[in-house]
Amino acid sequence: MVVLPSRVLRNVNREEAFYFFTSIGNYTGESASSLEEFQQKIKDIDVRSLEFHLFREDFEKWIAQTLGDNRLPGEIEILRNQKITGNALRDRLYFMVSRRLKELKGTVTLR
Amino acid sequence: MRIDARVEKMKLKGQEIVLDNLDWQILQQLQEDAKQTYSEIGGKLNVAHSTVFERIQKMEEFGLIKKYEAVVDSEKLGVRKITAQLSIVTDPKEAEDIAKKLSGFDQVLEVSASFSEELIVLAKVVARDQAELHSFIAKSIAPLPGVLRIRTAIVTKKYKDERFDPFSDRKRLDSRKKK
Repeated sequence: MVVLPSRVLRNVNREEAFYFFTSIGNYTGESASSLEEFQQKIKDIDVRSLEFHLFREDFEKWIAQTLGDNRLPGEIEILRNQKITGNALRDRLYFMVSRRLKELKGTVTLR
Repeated sequence: MRIDARVEKMKLKGQEIVLDNLDWQILQQLQEDAKQTYSEIGGKLNVAHSTVFERIQKMEEFGLIKKYEAVVDSEKLGVRKITAQLSIVTDPKEAEDIAKKLSGFDQVLEVSASFSEELIVLAKVVARDQAELHSFIAKSIAPLPGVLRIRTAIVTKKYKDERFDPFSDRKRLDSRKKK
């Protein structure tokens, strides 16, 4: 699959945004309409929300199916398999998304 | 059977209906068991079945009796479902719109609003399972403009499930008179 940086970095509409929940049906009130906004929300969102969505594979699905990126979902899958939780999860996820953002913006050489 | 609770003396397009004690008793009988025949009701109330028929027809025409419906036990029917009570904290400017949009979904059975510290839209939602419930909330409710937060309580056990009884005041008065 060819990844188009402009597509992955675009802003999506409300219906396609990522909505952060802490458990079934419990919406935090936070959402992300782009990968960049997603990165910012990771910093402060309730860590239970990160654990909830990581377990459900929601991050991978949104990034792959809605934004159209094929690399970041694979990295997040590894994170899930390592069963990392709490702020360690927040830090690792933030690092991964930040690095991918830099790659897509062309400030870091693609591997 | 659904009955409009505003009774005794009502007007509709110039028509007027006055409910006497017999009408009340017939309504009460129908509320308890709408499958009863006119003769059965008449027998209980000591009036002719034709009288019962006329009174019911009058109340149907007037819209006092809205409809007759079966209350189905979905568990016995084998239809598995879960029920959830949603408290949706909203932007007050958008609350009306949110409530209207929620009312349009088949999965939403009841919608009401409550204003205490925040404006909350309350909704009763049914789904096949938790996955379907979450998907519906995430894809259809959370994206509605003005939705600030959602708290969802999944019903695990039901202790009472009754509708409002418009005869409750009369029943209380009757029991006091008997004493």
